[in-house]
Amino acid sequence: MKAKVVVTLKEGVLDPQGATIKRALGQMDYQDVGQVRQGKYFELDFDDASDPQEVRRQTEEIARKVLSNPIIESFRIEEIQ
Amino acid sequence: MKFGVTVFPGTNSDHDTYHVLADVMGQETVYLWHQERDLRSCDVVILAGGFAYGDYLRCGAIAKFSPIMKAVQRHAESGGIVLGICNGMQILQEAGMLPGTMLRNTNLKFICEHVYCRVERTDTPFTSACREGQLLRMPIAHNEGNFFVTDDELAELEANRQVLFRYTDANGEATEAANPNGSAGNIAGILNKEGNVMALMPHPERAAEQVLESADGRLIFQSLVDSLAGRLRPA
Repeated sequence: MKAKVVVTLKEGVLDPQGATIKRALGQMDYQDVGQVRQGKYFELDFDDASDPQEVRRQTEEIARKVLSNPIIESFRIEEIQ
Repeated sequence: MKFGVTVFPGTNSDHDTYHVLADVMGQETVYLWHQERDLRSCDVVILAGGFAYGDYLRCGAIAKFSPIMKAVQRHAESGGIVLGICNGMQILQEAGMLPGTMLRNTNLKFICEHVYCRVERTDTPFTSACREGQLLRMPIAHNEGNFFVTDDELAELEANRQVLFRYTDANGEATEAANPNGSAGNIAGILNKEGNVMALMPHPERAAEQVLESADGRLIFQSLVDSLAGRLRPA
């Protein structure tokens, strides 16, 4: 089974990379873009796993302990398939 | 008195730190490989700078799971002295041993330059050889040195007097212009609540001999030596 996780900066945490992308978009005449936030995307392959609940439990634990820093980031599990 | 310098894959300031401790300060010093499980009776552990595990995922995020970190944590919990320099600070923050975390510098550039840091306290084992308000000129070299905490946490750090070093101009003023990376409160170095774990982003080991333009950083190592010699007991 495969789990897909997205990690993003929390609201209110400055994202200098996102801000730089937004400035570049403004220079390219994409004036409609109000804000850009950059994040990270992870795919975890669980070999031989068949219980989606167990995969979700482990994915949540891994995302909390390793993939994200709870001081500045939050995560969401996009999909388990 | 024995010093240990941690070495993770990607650490690159280990030799500089070892050199200052062993050759400049004349102290018994050993390297501690990240796979080791005990600190070989070291009195002080220094997490040297660099790019542990290539800064993959986040700075310090993988290093905190190395076996040596469990020993460092036990050492700190029993009151032992721990100093983190640059990447060592990021590792200690990821491990939850010091507050806050580092964002990318606001200008998105890797900054490599000498800065002034004001000593905010001298009643610590890391700064006992300094004068209150003394300016130390030391180099920074980092891409993620933008110290972040929430406003509430910043107020708590200030109230607990956990801020040990602040970026200032040459006159000792902590202005916005003197803040190289966007750090909250111009913070360059912090203590834990107990006062035995400290980390800073500037590199004192690269400014510990006059031949390197500044020897101000030596005061931090001198403070540790003095403190361990019993002139000042850690809190």
